[in-house]
Amino acid sequence: MPAQPPDDMPADGPEGARDLDRYAEDSLESGLAVAQGSLYFSAVEVGGEGQKRRGRKLGIGAWLAIGWMVFIVLFSVLAQLGVLPLKSPTESFASCARLGPFAKEGTAPGHILGCDSNGRDMIARLAYGGWSSLFVATGAVLFGLIFGGVLGMLAGFFGGKVDVVLTSLFNVFLAIPAVVLALALVAFLQGASSSSGSGGTTVDAKFLLILAIGIVSVPLLGRITRASALTWSQREFVLAARAQGAKPMRIMIREVLPNVVPAMMSIALLAIAIAIVAEGTLSILGVGVKPPTPSWGNIIGLDRGKIKESPHIVFLPALLIFLTVLSLNFLGDVVRARLDVRESAV
Amino acid sequence: MAAARLIGRRFLQLAVVLLLVTFFTFSLVRLLPGDPAKTIIPFGTEQQRAQLNQDLGLDKPFLQQYVNYLGVPIIRSDGTSGLLQGNLGRLYATNQPVTDSLKQSLPISLQLVLYAQVLALVIAIPLGVLAAYRSGTRTDRTINTTAFAFLAIPNFVLALVLSYFVGARLQWLPTAGYQPGWLDPLFDSSRSSTIFSGWSNNHIRYMILPVITLAVGQVAIYMRLLRSDMIATLQENFITMAKAKGVPNRRILFRHALRPSSLTLLTVAGLNIGTLIGGAIVVEVIFGIPGMGTQIGTAIFAREYVELQSYILVIAFIFVMINFIVDFLYIVLDPRIRRARATA
Amino acid sequence: MTMPAPTPTATAGSTEPMLQVTDLKTHFDTPRGIVRAVDGVSFTLDRGKTLGVVGESGSGKTVLSRSIMGLLPKRGTIREGSVRFDGTEIADLSAKAMREYWGARLSMIFQDPMTSLNPVMKIGRQITESIRQHLDVDKKYANELAENLLRSVRIPEPERRMKEYPHQLSGGMRQRVCIAVALACGPALLFADEPTTALDVTVQAQVLDLMAQQQRERFMAIVLITHDLGVVAGRADEIAVMYAGRIVEKAPAGVLFSDMKMPYTEALLSSIPKLEQPSHTRLATIPGRPPNLVNPPKGCKFASRCAYVQDRCLEEDPPLLPGPQPGHEYRCWFPVGTPEGIEALARNRAKSAAAAGSTVPGAASGTA
Repeated sequence: MPAQPPDDMPADGPEGARDLDRYAEDSLESGLAVAQGSLYFSAVEVGGEGQKRRGRKLGIGAWLAIGWMVFIVLFSVLAQLGVLPLKSPTESFASCARLGPFAKEGTAPGHILGCDSNGRDMIARLAYGGWSSLFVATGAVLFGLIFGGVLGMLAGFFGGKVDVVLTSLFNVFLAIPAVVLALALVAFLQGASSSSGSGGTTVDAKFLLILAIGIVSVPLLGRITRASALTWSQREFVLAARAQGAKPMRIMIREVLPNVVPAMMSIALLAIAIAIVAEGTLSILGVGVKPPTPSWGNIIGLDRGKIKESPHIVFLPALLIFLTVLSLNFLGDVVRARLDVRESAV
Repeated sequence: MAAARLIGRRFLQLAVVLLLVTFFTFSLVRLLPGDPAKTIIPFGTEQQRAQLNQDLGLDKPFLQQYVNYLGVPIIRSDGTSGLLQGNLGRLYATNQPVTDSLKQSLPISLQLVLYAQVLALVIAIPLGVLAAYRSGTRTDRTINTTAFAFLAIPNFVLALVLSYFVGARLQWLPTAGYQPGWLDPLFDSSRSSTIFSGWSNNHIRYMILPVITLAVGQVAIYMRLLRSDMIATLQENFITMAKAKGVPNRRILFRHALRPSSLTLLTVAGLNIGTLIGGAIVVEVIFGIPGMGTQIGTAIFAREYVELQSYILVIAFIFVMINFIVDFLYIVLDPRIRRARATA
Repeated sequence: MTMPAPTPTATAGSTEPMLQVTDLKTHFDTPRGIVRAVDGVSFTLDRGKTLGVVGESGSGKTVLSRSIMGLLPKRGTIREGSVRFDGTEIADLSAKAMREYWGARLSMIFQDPMTSLNPVMKIGRQITESIRQHLDVDKKYANELAENLLRSVRIPEPERRMKEYPHQLSGGMRQRVCIAVALACGPALLFADEPTTALDVTVQAQVLDLMAQQQRERFMAIVLITHDLGVVAGRADEIAVMYAGRIVEKAPAGVLFSDMKMPYTEALLSSIPKLEQPSHTRLATIPGRPPNLVNPPKGCKFASRCAYVQDRCLEEDPPLLPGPQPGHEYRCWFPVGTPEGIEALARNRAKSAAAAGSTVPGAASGTA
């Protein structure tokens, strides 16, 4: 601490006042700094701190969500690999059709969660269906992240005409509600694949779904990436790299991309949740995963007419969808909260 | 006039977006690999297909087809009318104009979406204000947690839950069907409103479950948005000033804090019309309501691509128009923008 | 003037001052610990008088004013002590009961006129809101009152301004509107929290003069809060200097400037540039930062920044001691201008000279 104050520190007048304020802000515990200006500071402060604390140490909710996701991913992946001792998801046991817990006609012996209206084992259907749903959702989001991410990066980083063209392209796609666009794309793609595959070997419906839902997610994810890339491109370290004469592509990949990626990861979790719902919606509308291959959506879609007699067929996959979406939403929120903390610490 | 120029510019943007949407949907149909005629009459002869292609104008060059489709008056090559004349095309199978089915289904979906939006806002605004006012307390946490859970319920799941418990088990409300409301007669004079008729076949009775289904998710979104904006506003100096004037809390919340806090809500409410329209499709299918969603589903199965294309276009048009209007509502809500935008 | 005359409230026990604050404490319970924003403040104020409260940002002066008015949120705030206003104890009144006082008998002007008016509410409405809340008048009459108020705070074309929004006014105009809002119901006591800090220098004096004029006309008491000793110099009857949530020196204005005892007051005063100094004179600043209010240091809170600091200051917290003249109080073991103080300063100077470049307050900063 120098005995003589440095020259550039005026002591009074409006300038000095600002300096004092800055002093105070630096030195005081944040609680008071907020108290100076705000009426409801304590509530906000307490709430905010609580959230930050939750960000630092994972709460019970986050562990439950992680637990559920691990369980459901293992359940469906292992089933698909044939490791689990499950019945075939397509084999019919005529005697137990429509039977199950809460069903009008009673439960089905040998099938803990009952059977669907064709007498297929629900546990097997749910496990294999989970694979379809998760595969389609993850695939679609990956597609969206790759294409939306690249386009968004280009728009946000280069700006100017590139930005104008890409942003208006995004806007055109965003002018069509997502479900409508996905529905139209699936319909057109199915039409396209069935008329082009002359030998009758149609492309797996799952890939068409991935493509359709993926395309719909491109402008959404693209816009978010663009916003993030735009903010980061204006940071000092990027300007510094520019000033040093680094090539734009290099700056984009080495400086901006690593900062944009974490933000995209939290969005990705939310996006997967949305994609699971999208797959369900399309299946219920009859353009989802093609039966007899199960997906959570088409189990509901096929038997929603039997809801009165056999509610378990509809509500079991519905419950799995709900819990998975809830977990993904929750984890997405946790990740976002953690990222915010890191950003504010910079 | 700055304001007039602003409106002009926004209108131009609007037109460009709509033009690109038409081009996109048009290309999607026309660029399908393979022959649309083959899709429509898979078992017809070559001759029949060629005839069909000619009838549909599909033998002309692509851009020519697009211009015809739009119906641009000056460069139109033949006598047919296009979009600009209100011609949305005809169904392949019946040769009925698409506008016929649109007249029936559009008002149904519009009412459904409108009710859901109004219901969502009516519930979300007081809840959001309350949560913000009590932020950090148990009330706030309860509202927030509930909202978070509701956010994770897909429309189709809620629709099935409601139709099973309220409809099938309790039998309080119908689970399928529709009766015309106040908007239907305006589009199709042969239909008459059932709003004032008996409860058993009343429009409202049939709309309750679908509307609740659509509204629940939106309530959660709107409430969370308003809460966070409201918390920020409640920290503003003018709120302390209002308190120091002796203004009661209720008035501070609803008269001083709500309006400046509702700008984001307004934007999102506009954008979410899209989500609602999307949600309405599956809700209509589950509740057996003959709206646009059901119509789109039918069109997909019947491979009526022209109909599908027209429906998408109409939805996009409505969506873009609503957000155009939202932009102007902004100006009403915030006088600061009136100047900032006019000078920008 | 159609203004309601400032009703001289029944000052029954006329011996009692209008505002009497006794040992007021305001602590905030934050996740980082208890913040002692106001830590035992006492003073009195009579009708028509002005008390200047001076201190750095974070010294607790803003919290003090809001605490007296009862404007702080209940949750997370610990408030002790007594506030008697017009013979009534108002420290423990509910917000509902306080609403009778807010705006009507106790008023406040805030620092930043840009943010203290509601941006989406017309000026007229913001004034009449208060009038209609407290006085039983109809809309038309409230509008007339508001117009007259705007005229009395010298806003040109008040009838047009009534229909405008805050962003259409300049900073000085907005602060005048804030004053009009605060004066609307003829309050007996006005808190002015840095009323001129956010304004241009040329407008500052105008606003302060306006307040002084209104004070004379309404026989109103003012608590003028500022970080700038210059602002209160000619305008306050009494000045209280705040540091770390406490009053460290309080005296009638003349006494404070002529015979200050607290080194902090001296430091504040010497940090004001003076005309008679040659140009390019280095401005004196107060080194260091205000102390942590969660875990305040032992001893005198100013010790770590004080040029007079001695070992005793680091150990023992000085109480408020009476000064040589009536009404003068200060907290210091080695007061300015006394033999002890002069000796302490000399000792520190010698020490720092010996340590060649090591700092005067460095003696303390090692332990702080």
